[in-house]
This record gives sequence, structure tokens and C-alpha cells, in this order.
Amino acid sequence: MKKLRRKVYMVAGYNSISMGSGRKEFNPKKTMPGLEDYIKEAGQGTLKKIGGAKNVDECVIGNFMAARYNKQAHLGAFFPYIDEGLTGKPAISVEGACASGALGLITGIKSVLAETADVVLVIGVEVQNTVKAIYGADILAGAGWFQVRKNGHAYFFPGEFSDRAGAYFQKYGREKTRKAFARWYRNAVENARLCPTAQEYHNTCDDLETLAMTEPNGKGFVDHLNLYDCSKVSDGASAIAIVSEEGLKRIGIPKSEAVEVMGWGHVEDDITRQPADPTELATSRQAVSNALESSGITSDQIGTAEIHDCFSIAAVEAVEAMGFAKKGQGAEFILAGNTARNGMIPINTTGGLIGWGHPTGATGVHQAVTLLEQLTGKAGDSQITLSSARPYGLSVNMGGNDKTIVAIVYRKGDA
Amino acid sequence: MNYEESLQNVSVLGAAGKMGSGIVLLTAAEMADLSLKPENKGKTFVLHAIDVSDEALSGLMRYLKTQVVKVAEKKAVMLRKVYADRKDLIENSDIIDQYVFDVLHVVKPTKLLEAARDSKVIFEAIKEDPDLKISVYKKINDNNPRKPWFFTNTSSIPITWLDEKANLEGRIVGYHFYNPPAVQKLVELIKSQHTLKEVEDFGLMYAKNLKKVIVPAHDVAGFIGNGHFMRDILYAGNEVEKIKGEYTFAEAVYLLNKISQDYLIRPMGIFQLVDYVGIDVCSLIMSVMKPYMKTENIHSPMLDLLLSMDVRGGQYADGSQKDGILKYEKGKPVAVFDPGTKQYIPIAGFQEKTDKKLGAMPVVRPWKTVVNNAAKEELLTTYFKELKSLTGFGAGLTKAYALRSRDIGKKLVIDGVAFSEQDVNTVLLTGFFHAYGPINNYLN
Ligand SMILES: NC(=O)c1ccc[n+]([C@@H]2O[C@H](COP(=O)([O-])OP(=O)(O)OC[C@H]3O[C@@H](n4cnc5c(N)ncnc54)[C@H](O)[C@@H]3O)[C@@H](O)[C@H]2O)c1
Repeated sequence: MKKLRRKVYMVAGYNSISMGSGRKEFNPKKTMPGLEDYIKEAGQGTLKKIGGAKNVDECVIGNFMAARYNKQAHLGAFFPYIDEGLTGKPAISVEGACASGALGLITGIKSVLAETADVVLVIGVEVQNTVKAIYGADILAGAGWFQVRKNGHAYFFPGEFSDRAGAYFQKYGREKTRKAFARWYRNAVENARLCPTAQEYHNTCDDLETLAMTEPNGKGFVDHLNLYDCSKVSDGASAIAIVSEEGLKRIGIPKSEAVEVMGWGHVEDDITRQPADPTELATSRQAVSNALESSGITSDQIGTAEIHDCFSIAAVEAVEAMGFAKKGQGAEFILAGNTARNGMIPINTTGGLIGWGHPTGATGVHQAVTLLEQLTGKAGDSQITLSSARPYGLSVNMGGNDKTIVAIVYRKGDA
Repeated sequence: MNYEESLQNVSVLGAAGKMGSGIVLLTAAEMADLSLKPENKGKTFVLHAIDVSDEALSGLMRYLKTQVVKVAEKKAVMLRKVYADRKDLIENSDIIDQYVFDVLHVVKPTKLLEAARDSKVIFEAIKEDPDLKISVYKKINDNNPRKPWFFTNTSSIPITWLDEKANLEGRIVGYHFYNPPAVQKLVELIKSQHTLKEVEDFGLMYAKNLKKVIVPAHDVAGFIGNGHFMRDILYAGNEVEKIKGEYTFAEAVYLLNKISQDYLIRPMGIFQLVDYVGIDVCSLIMSVMKPYMKTENIHSPMLDLLLSMDVRGGQYADGSQKDGILKYEKGKPVAVFDPGTKQYIPIAGFQEKTDKKLGAMPVVRPWKTVVNNAAKEELLTTYFKELKSLTGFGAGLTKAYALRSRDIGKKLVIDGVAFSEQDVNTVLLTGFFHAYGPINNYLN
């Protein structure tokens, strides 16, 4: 990738609650907040921090499947609903399955680089609790190739990643891998308990690892994963502002409260093909490598990461793809405590997809907001301490079965 | 005739009732599952859902629709395999819709009893009226060339009597589901003196395929479940009478209900359970059992009195609890009916005072936290040990209650109603969701 022609920053992050089972407020029998409510909440949250709509040049919204979950398309036209002041400004909607949020970020970054905008408001949103999980599975299956849907599992994506887990068990051993899944779940929930917007914030289970060792039941669900290996069904939105140096001046926020985008990797793979080797995330590996290269850093300079743990097996394979662990050693790496909040490389410090939640189209933006808060010391109870040798943050957002990957490297603004 | 052939033409009598609708649901799903097997391609499976009113039958079809959708959603993983060769069914929603259609398609609602003339298998769940049952069996049996098998859901009428009166020559077996049949795992199987082996075998196979737990019971009115339950009601009623001098009726009912729930660790107190089943239903079951009991008087003056004042309990169509002996708010008892004043007396008004009189009691172990607890045995042992060591009024009442429940259970075995103590315990554990069987050694 070419060197960035100007500096790009992210500021003023906002996360709604990740709403769904586990949250005390959640009641599927009652009318819950809808798509437009989440868009408005997150959009206003960020606008408030940047001096209002007048400071915004362009808008981008990332969303995966509102067209089916909420029977709603044309999301760009919701920006004026957030704030009248956005009427008459450009807005676009982007989609790339569960990587839609990060595609929103990339689109915003490109506007700043193209110098058509100095301040871009980016939102990611998904409201999934409008249908039961068994029908949600149909909708989410749209992240795969529809021609193979017929032969896929009822729970299509859990089925795909269960196949990955099965292959991984066979190649590297089942017992330690399942233990690593359970540890991953525990870390995720314990981190989520420190973050008031997390879906598992109210979780009170005192023996999470035992719970997560529940044997998978292929008759009712999938062969190699249990429910604790899976991110839940979530409603939520996140928002952030992507700005140039001029933009920072306009909104009156110092660099110390922003993160700078150092570089990124964005890779697509052929949706019609099955992964060549189900025990690894090859596309993720390439995207992370591109991101590190474009930022001019190596993986041992990463202090914290937000990764796409839609399933625990994805987390195990991801720590390998990011170069933290060697192939086949992801499970040991996790079991040794390296990814825990006090470990060598704390990952998903507010719970990630399994603990914080996975409102699909919002996840990429949520990851950026979390890293912004961690790197600028604004993460509240979930704040971790970063060493000066590892000042960078890395986010990896995945669409489909390792098909669309966006990896972004961040650093605190005034560093 | 094999299992599948027998199930190709079935009738359910009283199909729109509480029990009948559940039996229709279970059976239609089983029949649809059979029809979807490759080896049964081209065969038809028909279930005649017979009841007396069009309104009730159309209600049944609405109930079936919602329930089958839920069933289909639950077994979507399996259904994808069943419909694997249907290229037009791709998404879960396509598959679920098709399955709902296939199950409902089996069911033919009708008011005409004549529809049962082609059926091999007849499930009967009409009201608990011996003469009505006999007349219906006769009408079907006299006109059905297939020599049908009758599976009766009667809660209390002896099967041999039904068999002989209707000239069924052993083509009948008591097949006593618990309410609601779609949820409750237990089925009591009661043979008449003449029940044919083929009828029993079918009943066992059907239960196995539906993952039901079969407990055999002897043909003694009330069988095991109601044999215990009715006597439990009578005992509690007597205790109310006994302590009535010292307590008001409302207080006494409250106490016995509390003791049987909280201190015996049951899912409901005894009077709440009576309301749940319906005071009229309990009274009816007693009246059917009564003539067969030579040494006991199975009859409750208390229930008669309440019924004479139109206090009935039972449930609304949406499953919520109607007021009965107790009055309910959000499913919880809040007041007790007082026959003297014909008013509900709020529990809150006397609760504290009455609770105090119980004296020292063990810490309440809510049923919910015990019933599926891995350390249940240990919990119960410690709990009852503590209870045993206490000597106050409440502890005495509780211990006596538990021992009486045990005696009722043992007597069911001695009287030859149950084949074993184990079977009695299974019925109470599975059919009544008790956390432990009544026949135990906790208080030895
Ligand atoms: N409710 C329970 O808890 C329970 C439990 C186990 C067994 N049982 C037994 O099941 C049977 C049915 O009980 P229920 O509670 O479902 O009663 P119910 O009143 O809910 O249902 C009885 C149904 O039979 C119908 N019916 C009446 N006469 C008929 C006739 N001649 N032809 C066809 N249908 C007729 C009624 O319209 C009604 O829909 C009884 O024998 C009862 O003892 C009930």
C-alpha cells in the first residue's frame, strides 16, 4: 500500500448497549428499541463530542442485513434523522457481511485521504433480535455463498466454524483446544463485566470455564461447538468520527484524545470457495500482515488487539493468523494466559464478540471505539496499562468465513 | 400389523380438550415424521381429530399451528436432513413452513364420530364420564371392521370394567398421559385383565418413539398418580380441620400449602396444585375412585363446599391460573378463600403472625434450586436431618406430612396398584416434578 498522503485520526467514539439475551433490560416479548433508535443514539453520541452536525462533512453507515432483519434498506438517508443539521450532506451505506463496520471505517478514511472531507461521521449498526435465532441463521447465511446454503447446516455459520473446530481438533488435539475455548469464554465474560455496555455485563456465573466445557450436542446444534463458543444475537450501534489534522482543529479536540490510523490491510477472498485449510485463517493472516507492513511495525509492537471472535475457534485461529502464536499453538497461547487482560497481549478487553456482543454491522466500529478508549486512557473500569514498547492497537474485523478482512493499526494521537 | 401401518389411520376423541389437543399434537408429529421417511413415500397418514363443537375444533387447529411451529423450530437441525432432497426448500424458514404444513395436513378435524370407523388406533380423552365413554367405544367398535385398539386417558375408571362393558375383548389399555401431554414425560400404562399383547406392545413402542417414560400401574381406580395425589389432598384437608380451632380456615390453608411447598421442597403447595388441576376435576376423580375403595372414604367435604360456592380453580385458555382455594396475582397466591364470609382473605394480613407460630424451621431450600442440582442427594439428606432434629409445631406438621406421603406411596404397592416402590417414586418425580420420591429414608 502507498504511504498515506495525510494523517488520519479517529475520535469521539460512542457505543450503545449490546442488547440481547443476558442483559436485564432485554425482553423479547416487549417492543425493544428499533434500528432507527440505535442509529440515532450512536450518531448523536458522537456528534455531541465533536461540536454538532455542522462540523461534519460526510457520513458513512456500515450495516449487514437490515434489509432482512428490519425490512429496511437505504440507511444513508437516516443521517438527517439523527440530526437535522446533517440534511443536505453526503452519506453512503456500505456492506461486507460482519465486516461492514470496518468497511465503514475504511470508507471514511478514504474520504479524508481523498481530501473531500476533514470530518466523517461513521456509524455501524445491526438490530437482530427481530427474529428468532433459527431464522436469524438464514439471514446471517447471506455472508456465505447462497448456492451452498441448501447443503449447509441449519445454523449455517456455527456449522461452518464447527467444521473448522473439527478439523483443528483432528490436527492439533481436541482436549487442550476445548480447554482453550473455555478459557477464552471466561476471559471474554470477565472482561465484559468491566464494561457497562457489554451484553455479558450482568453475567454472574461463578464457574465460567466449567460451564463452557459443556459437551457440544450435534443433534440440537452443531457437532464441535456449544453455545458458549458462539457470540450471541445482539442489537446495537457504534459511532466514531474520522478526521484530518484540520478536522481535529475544527472540532476542538487535542491529538491526545484521538488515535492516529497508522495503516491497514483490507483483503477479499473468493466467496464461492471453501477455505483451503480449515485449520487456519489465511485471509486474516494476509490482512494483518498488510496492516503491519503499511504501518511499518511488527506484531511484537502491538499492545492490545480487538479480534473477531464470532466463535471461539475463530479466536484460536486468529491469534495464530496475527503471528502471536505459531500454527497449531493458538490453544496453548491462550491457556498460558497471554491474551488475558493482564497477559502479554490483552485481547478483546471489553469482551469482544463473545462477551461484549456482536451486532454484526456495528462490530468493526465497536472495535475501533474500544481501541480509541484503551489507547487514550478512557476505558474506565476496563482500562489496561500499555507498555511503551508496545504502543499500538490492532483491530481485525471479519466478514463471512474468512472472506472479507479489514485489519487496522492505531496509535495514540500525540505519540 | 406393524407399528407404521397401525399409525396410518388414527382417531383422537375429545381432540379439542386439554389432554386431547396435546395428544393430537404429539401423534400428528409422529405420523408426519413417519410419512417423511423414504420407505413410506406414497403412504397416507390420517388423524381424525374428533370433538363435539366446531368452535373447539377451530381453536384446536390454531393451537396446533403455533405448537407445531415451535416443534419445527426446535428440530430444524434434523428437519434439514429430512428434507435434504427437496431442492425447493433452502432456508430454515422454508423447511419449517413445509413441516408445519405436513403435520397439519395429517389432521382432519371433524364432529362426526363415524370418522373413527377406519382407524386402527383410537386415543380417547373425552370427559371423565364412565357411561359416555362406554357408549362412544361401542359406537365405534360395532362399526369399525378393523377391530380397533383403544387407548384411554381415563384418570380413574378401571380399565377391565370399560373393556367388559364395551365388549372390547382386550383391545383396550389405560394410557394415562399427564397434563400437558406435549410437555410431561410420564405415561401410566394400565392393562385390563384381558388387554391383548399387541395393544400393549404398540403402546410401549409409541411411548418409546415419543421419548415418554412409561410406568405400568395395576387396574385400580386412580392408578398411581391420582392414587397418591387424591389421598394427599384428603390428608391436607384433614389437617386443616384439625388445626382450625387455633387458626382461621384461611390461616390453616395457608399453612398446609406453605408446608407442602416450602418445607417439603415441592414445586407447588398442595392447595395450589388442586387449583392448578381444577377443584371440579379433583372432586370428579374422587367420585369415580370412591366406589372402588372398600376400606377408605375417598371424598372431600372441603372440595364439595368450595364447589357449592362456585370456587373452581382451573386455568384460562392462555394457561394462566384462575382463582380457586387461593387467589393469584402473577401466578403467585396472595389470598385464601374463606367459605364463612365467601371472601378472599389477603395472606399478607396474617402471614407474619402465622409463620411465627411454626417455631424453629429449617432454612427454605427452594424446589427450583434443588430439583436439578447435581448435589441433590446430599442437600436433601442434610435438609431432612435438620428438620428431624427440630421439635416445634411447624416441624412436627412437616414431618407428619412427609411420613403420610410415604405411607400413601407404600400402600399403593401393598394394594397392588403399583408394581414397585420405585414405580411410585418415578410417577411422583416425573409426573409431579417432585425433587424426591415419597418413599425414602430421609426421616428414619
Ligand atoms: N386434565 C388433566 O389433568 C388430566 C390428566 C390425565 C388424564 N385426564 C383424563 O383425560 C380425559 C379428558 O380430560 P381433559 O382434562 O382433557 O378434559 P377436557 O374437558 O379439557 O376435554 C374433554 C373434551 O372432550 C370433548 N367431548 C366431550 N364429549 C365428547 C364426545 N361424545 N365425543 C367427542 N368429544 C367429546 C369435549 O368437547 C372436550 O373438548 C378425562 O378422562 C380425564 O380424566 C385428565
